Amino acid sequence: MAENVKDKVIAIIAEQAVLDESDVSMDQSLEALGIDSLGLVESIFAIEEAFDITVPFNANEPEQSEFDISSVASIVAAVEKLVAEQTA
Amino acid sequence: MKRVVITGAGTVNALGLSVPATMEAMREGRCGISELNFRDVDRLAIKIGGQVHNWDAENRFNRQQIALYDRFTQFTLHAAKEAIGQSGLTFIGELAATSGVILGTSGGGLTTQDENYRVVYEEGKNRVHPFVVPKLMNNAACSHVSMEYNLKGPSFTVATACASSNHAMGQAFNMIRCGMATAMVTGGSESMLCFGGVKAWEGLRVMSKDACRPFSLNRNGMVQGEGATVFVFEDYDYAKARGADILAEVIGFAMTSDASDIVMPSKQGAARAISGAMKDAKINAEDIGYINAHGTGTAANDKTECAAVADALGHHADKVMMSSTKSMHGHLIGGTGAVELLACIMALRDGVIAPTINYEEPDPECALDVVPNEARDVPVDVVLSNAFAFGGLNAVLALRKAA
Repeated sequence: MAENVKDKVIAIIAEQAVLDESDVSMDQSLEALGIDSLGLVESIFAIEEAFDITVPFNANEPEQSEFDISSVASIVAAVEKLVAEQTA
Repeated sequence: MKRVVITGAGTVNALGLSVPATMEAMREGRCGISELNFRDVDRLAIKIGGQVHNWDAENRFNRQQIALYDRFTQFTLHAAKEAIGQSGLTFIGELAATSGVILGTSGGGLTTQDENYRVVYEEGKNRVHPFVVPKLMNNAACSHVSMEYNLKGPSFTVATACASSNHAMGQAFNMIRCGMATAMVTGGSESMLCFGGVKAWEGLRVMSKDACRPFSLNRNGMVQGEGATVFVFEDYDYAKARGADILAEVIGFAMTSDASDIVMPSKQGAARAISGAMKDAKINAEDIGYINAHGTGTAANDKTECAAVADALGHHADKVMMSSTKSMHGHLIGGTGAVELLACIMALRDGVIAPTINYEEPDPECALDVVPNEARDVPVDVVLSNAFAFGGLNAVLALRKAA
């Protein structure tokens, strides 16, 4: 399950960044991948649709969100947590 | 060039069903934002808005009218009645031929679209009411006002998202100024508070779930409102000759395009619009006593707007009062510049500066005098009203106290 979440999230981010999945590394930030604020909102939408979850994210206060978007790894971890909470 | 004055005002919004009620609420710093109440609201993440309460369309309009009047048209007609009534004008003969209607709206008959899409998609019906198109079209409100009051001159609807009303009023102003029209009924209306309307906004993730707190460090987004505000703009000489009560004079207008981003505001674009309005009005920064801010309560707008005002006004930015009344009535999108012009008129006429309510923590990036939480009694002679739209379209009006 965990690998699956990671792969899917990377696929979503790669599509948004117009990159190959192999070019997305876990320690990169979305900014470094060239994803702007609109791209971020679209990525979150795609994640919500892919996993049927609701991501708590407000563009006005990203740093206060429970959903950590600082790197690809943090996004994967946050999605894994939300998916786990949903199946629990 | 002709001078242009305002001789009538009318409104309906979350703060009240008339101009006196709205100004009283603005003076008291009352909040009109509350729990939303409409079908399927339980499926929304955002459940607050500046909704008009106790509207009761059935008691205001007959069955045939309701078949043609979307909520945004109903609001417009209500506001137009108050405004034209106050102006004392009757549009007949040459006056009718040279007077028109220019209104702003962004969503037009969005509630009508929402309801009828639901009928065909969700309920699976294959038939909708025959008047869906004339009811939902963006110019419906403009056309019904023209029909109701016999306004036969230049009339159209402007849609520039959150700047629609300011763009509309700017056109009305310039038409009278250049002699194309004697009087113009102008302003704007919006009614996006329906399931589809709010659901679409939710997607952008810029809406607050709890309150609109412009310029406050803990602001977390915008809150939508609904309603309409309509004014009568009139050739000064015509108004003077008939002894009309002049509410304020419109002295300048400017519009710019950021040409940069579809949602992120630009300091340069906003500053150019503010400077442009000052130049058009032939005023200096020191003349400006009050600015009605666009002040949406989003992280991006408020800091960009403060920086733009600082750029355009220089040192005087530290002295000018600037408030966002969206904290009280919410963001009326295409109608917002119109309802906010009421705060400008109140400042000029009554010397009362409407506050920015819900202000809790200073933000170093919004370090202007935002008139926090309580109205202030300060006489002012010149004011500006800012509107900066998604798509980077900016429109700023300048007004002077009636001489």
